[in-house]
Amino acid sequence: MSNMNLTLKIWRQKDAQSKGVMETYEVKDISPDSSFLEMLDVLNENLVSQKQEPIAFDHDCREGICGTCSLYISGRAHGPMRGVTTCQLHMRSFKDGDTIYIEPWRSKAMPVIKDLIVDRSAFDRIQQAGGFISVNTSGNTQDANGIPIPKGDADKAFDAAACIGCGACVATCKNGSAMLFVSAKVSQFALLPQGRVEAAKRVLNMVHQMDKEGFGNCTNTGACEVECPKGISLENIARMNREYLSAKVVSDEKIG
Amino acid sequence: MSYSSIGRKVVMGLTGLFLITFITIHLLINSFSLVGPELFNAGSKFMGTNPVIQTMQYVLALGFIIHIIMGIRLTIQNNAARPIKYVHNDPSANSTFSSRYMIFTGVLVLLFLILHLKDFFVPIKFEHGTFGEDYDLLVRVFSNPLYVFIYVVAFVGLSIHLHHGFQSAFQSLGWNHPKYTPFVKKLGLVFCYVVGIGFSSIALFHYFNSL
Ligand code: HEM
Ligand code: SF4
Ligand code: FES
Repeated sequence: MSNMNLTLKIWRQKDAQSKGVMETYEVKDISPDSSFLEMLDVLNENLVSQKQEPIAFDHDCREGICGTCSLYISGRAHGPMRGVTTCQLHMRSFKDGDTIYIEPWRSKAMPVIKDLIVDRSAFDRIQQAGGFISVNTSGNTQDANGIPIPKGDADKAFDAAACIGCGACVATCKNGSAMLFVSAKVSQFALLPQGRVEAAKRVLNMVHQMDKEGFGNCTNTGACEVECPKGISLENIARMNREYLSAKVVSDEKIG
Repeated sequence: MSYSSIGRKVVMGLTGLFLITFITIHLLINSFSLVGPELFNAGSKFMGTNPVIQTMQYVLALGFIIHIIMGIRLTIQNNAARPIKYVHNDPSANSTFSSRYMIFTGVLVLLFLILHLKDFFVPIKFEHGTFGEDYDLLVRVFSNPLYVFIYVVAFVGLSIHLHHGFQSAFQSLGWNHPKYTPFVKKLGLVFCYVVGIGFSSIALFHYFNSL
């Protein structure tokens, strides 16, 4: 495959208060083996050498594990491939001469800070509302492996814990719902004995915080599951709904 | 309960399943009309006089109202959750048409429902004796090609609504299980076709009979 020339339509926005617009850029001689973010690096090098403001985008590990990279690429969260983050997307997924649209995640609860960077602190606040277990770290902490756990439950908890909090589920959902993320965080604990202790309180508080942040209501379109780079399953949403209902109806826990 | 997103979903799911029960019974009674006037009139009379059904009528009206109000509220909230839309979006890559147009198919059914109440429910309930038997009313209404056309369009709409809605209601209520969910999805698919084809073909049958 030879190198490619591409047209990029990219969202530019000075800061949270400004109105943004789509700007058009041309990039030339891009290797199909480079990653999508490397392609943007090339564009930014050019912009800097022309004394223009480079495009701001989020990235950190660049190996698909931290959840920092984002980008809505030609109508899809993390681009056209399934099961990968934007940093794992390669230019061989595109063709010479393509026009590529690059937009930030769109959600009221995740406002744009600058260009393609959004504020994902809503996820942090949801986590702080209950996405943890309380253990006494006195120095005599019991070994977690001392409690036998059925293999199936351990596997499901592990799968749920694979969520990297990237926000692609919110970005792709037509309702801007955060249910896949929150359900992964609820499930990874609800499935394990260490997490059961605070399960009712956890689900009530996390759902309450999720609603407070202004995320939409899930209508089970399933788009999140398709676009999630970590393959988080919709089963987690059903589990969270069950957990929430039983916490609301039979437990004596309250929000707060 | 309706103050949380999951509570609202549960209300949608429960009222949705309730409406599914209603629509199943309705289709059954309608299909009597294919056999002949006697059976249909008897079925219609039973529905119009049986005390349990008569009581359920009010529950049904309430079910509809809650489902509609909640559906509209959900849609408004969900639109507000994304104030700035994408310039370029490709939703067909990850979700079904039916799941994205629930409010459109829902409102289509609602508009039809109003027409339907005017043409069947009001005459049968309040103007009995002015048009002969219930079966005669049905034959008269279905001899109008415009009405039959609207009727078929509405039921294609309901069919699309149920294509997503049937299995979605189970998921909303937390009934997702690797053993049963594949069956629920298949059943939902069969059900949406049965409803769409069933209601439409009954109307068409009476229309062609009237020619
Ligand atoms: C006989 C008529 C109807 C039946 C059998 C029916 C059935 C259903 C079912 C089973 C669902 C899925 C619920 C869930 O996912 O939890 C649903 C969702 C929905 N319905 Fe209906 N419905 C009917 C009429 C209407 C009407 C008249 C409206 C008018 C606005 C409407 C609007 C909606 C909306 C917006 C949703 C999507 C919300 C969601 O998925 O949570 N429906 N319906
Ligand atoms: S559920 Fe998937 S898409 Fe959503 S935040 Fe977690 S990893 Fe990202
Ligand atoms: S930069 Fe860490 S997941 Fe993409």
